[in-house]
Amino acid sequence: MELILDRVQVRQRGDVWLHEVNLELRGGMTVLIGPTTAGKTTLMRVVAGLLPPTAGRVLVNGADVTATSVRKRSVAFVYQQFINYPSLSVYENIASPLRQAPGFASARIDRRVREIAEIMGIGALLGRRPAELSGGQQQRTAIARALARPVDVLLLDEPLANLDYKLREQLRSDLKSMFRDAPGVVLYSTSDPAEALMFAEPTVVLGEGRVQQVGDVADLYEQPPTLAVAATLSDPPLNRLPGVVREGRIECLGAAFPAAAARATSHDVTLGVRPHRVTVERTGPDDLAFPGEIRLAEMTGSDTFLHLLLPDRRHLVAQLSGTHRFTPGEPAVAYIDPAHIFVFDETGGRLGDPSAVEAEPHG
Amino acid sequence: MVDIHLDGVGHSYDGGRTWALRPMTRTLHAARAYALLGPSGCGKTTLLNIISGLLTPTVGRIWFGDREVTRVPTAARNIAQVFQFPVLYEGMSVYDNLAFPLRNRGWPKAEIDRRVRAVSHLLGLDSHLHRRSRRLDPGRQQIVSLGRGLVRSDVAAVLLDEPLTVVDPALRWTLRSTLKEIHRDTGHTLVYVTHDQTEALTFADEVMVLQDGDVVQSGEPTELFLSPAHEFVGHFIGSPGMNMIPADLVDGVVRVGDTPVGRAADTDGALPSGPVRIGVRPEFVRISAVPTAPGLPARVTAVDRMGAYHLVHAEIDGRRLSAKVDTGSRYAPGALEYFHFVPDRAFLFRDAIRCGTIAAQDGAERA
Repeated sequence: MELILDRVQVRQRGDVWLHEVNLELRGGMTVLIGPTTAGKTTLMRVVAGLLPPTAGRVLVNGADVTATSVRKRSVAFVYQQFINYPSLSVYENIASPLRQAPGFASARIDRRVREIAEIMGIGALLGRRPAELSGGQQQRTAIARALARPVDVLLLDEPLANLDYKLREQLRSDLKSMFRDAPGVVLYSTSDPAEALMFAEPTVVLGEGRVQQVGDVADLYEQPPTLAVAATLSDPPLNRLPGVVREGRIECLGAAFPAAAARATSHDVTLGVRPHRVTVERTGPDDLAFPGEIRLAEMTGSDTFLHLLLPDRRHLVAQLSGTHRFTPGEPAVAYIDPAHIFVFDETGGRLGDPSAVEAEPHG
Repeated sequence: MVDIHLDGVGHSYDGGRTWALRPMTRTLHAARAYALLGPSGCGKTTLLNIISGLLTPTVGRIWFGDREVTRVPTAARNIAQVFQFPVLYEGMSVYDNLAFPLRNRGWPKAEIDRRVRAVSHLLGLDSHLHRRSRRLDPGRQQIVSLGRGLVRSDVAAVLLDEPLTVVDPALRWTLRSTLKEIHRDTGHTLVYVTHDQTEALTFADEVMVLQDGDVVQSGEPTELFLSPAHEFVGHFIGSPGMNMIPADLVDGVVRVGDTPVGRAADTDGALPSGPVRIGVRPEFVRISAVPTAPGLPARVTAVDRMGAYHLVHAEIDGRRLSAKVDTGSRYAPGALEYFHFVPDRAFLFRDAIRCGTIAAQDGAERA
């Protein structure tokens, strides 16, 4: 199975929703990650045939389906809002796409419905109506219906976003094992980096209507090629600090460190640091020190999130493991090992690592 | 600002056959921030609706300070509410939306202006004050709704029902800490319903964990994380949740299969021998390559690279456990590793209730 998006563009009332998107997806799962306005739903609607692109083509197994109506395409769509037929039982909800498909005798439908319901963990609920189910069970029903009939392309648009997070954990691992050997293309969108990392499948980072990067998600996390990718894959959000490259060094709010791969001329850069790389104790002689004022400390038991206000009114968040007590208003110093700083130029591209490419080596 | 006192309050939607909220007596203290945390159907929204007056409890009485409000309608309870989805006047400007609750109560104009600007500043709405609300994106509309809930300083309590669900994850981080700061400044009594543990733990002074209509544990966030009193709290708080490993207690020694892993300690009297479950969070599982005692030999089944940490999954005789390790470590599926537990952080559970901890076998007592 192969799905190709060839220079797909979508414009609506003068706004560009998708810029020339080129993508090649194969059988199995692909994760599409991006913030809320990245264009994930637009892209999926184009693939489904629900939204004709302004320009470009969609190819399934080499055949151009751009003009093919959604009814004639072999696609299924799961939305963030669980959608089921309220008057039908769970059984009939799952069976409905099979009843419309040619070649499904009722014995075969029955077998398929029970099989898929079992996999989705709702085998005991087949006689109930959607209103009698919890949110998680309703979404399992919607997913089961999408899976009932084998399709070339299965689209899941943030399917777990409306569920409570423990249920999300559970369903994630269920879906992961279910889609591992899927013959068709499974495209799964999310805005949650932990979800993308947990799936550990080929990942497309989408931002502002463009494909930012495609690759192994843990690699992208560890070595983000652009500021957009680093930000999209950071939760808690990436700390950003202003820097200037000058005579082979990068200066940032009074601190400085050697810049290995920067251009010779002086120019502005943005420094990106993940909160778990910020500490309140010096870790080595090269650490940069940022004195600031404590605004807030949030403690979850496993971590303490320390919010510092730097002299230029900028915020810096440190994620410290364990429980640490801090008093708002008091001074504190944040330390950052330059090896853990990503440096981005004015266009958002990442400059070669300043000092330590092996800071987070690939596995 | 007053204490909210629940006196035997319980609710049943089916005439008493089953409890959506089992009768409970407890006090929510003035000026504190409470989170009601639990999965859907646990009763957290029922409890919030009883406090707000949307629901009259089947049994029990509810007091705001020394005023009984059990049958007092919402409008007369002097509370502010924020819902999951934006509730505002779409045709009005952001400023007028924020001012509305104050104008309604006849506040002086200058005071209204001061308050609206203070709240708008804290929530980052300054540049939007004169835009019509319908022109804002849903996330920002929700921030305006939050502002409307927080603008009055004279309410008995502010009740928030999953207020950040529609907000973008990155913005959620900022808003959550903003909310906490606003709470520190205004001293509102806040009751916050959420199914998101990070939200509950970072925001609240006290988290009430609900399951099947019962508060299974209530306490400071760190206490719930570090010393869960109930298996459900261990499971629900933490990501991933606590490892629960079937084990046996034999004459005071905890064994997983044939391997002794420590002595039972901190038990309430002598704990009879028999099956127990070891509860230990992935954060408190250590791995060593050599069989130091007490070490549990287990086969690594998978390693998830989660970005900021690696999650090592392992199995011993069909029992599964996982450990959070730093990204510099290297473990490979198939390898046999020795797992041990940080002593004060491994607990024993029986019938889902905590009944002890595990101490190292050398007999060293720990606080």
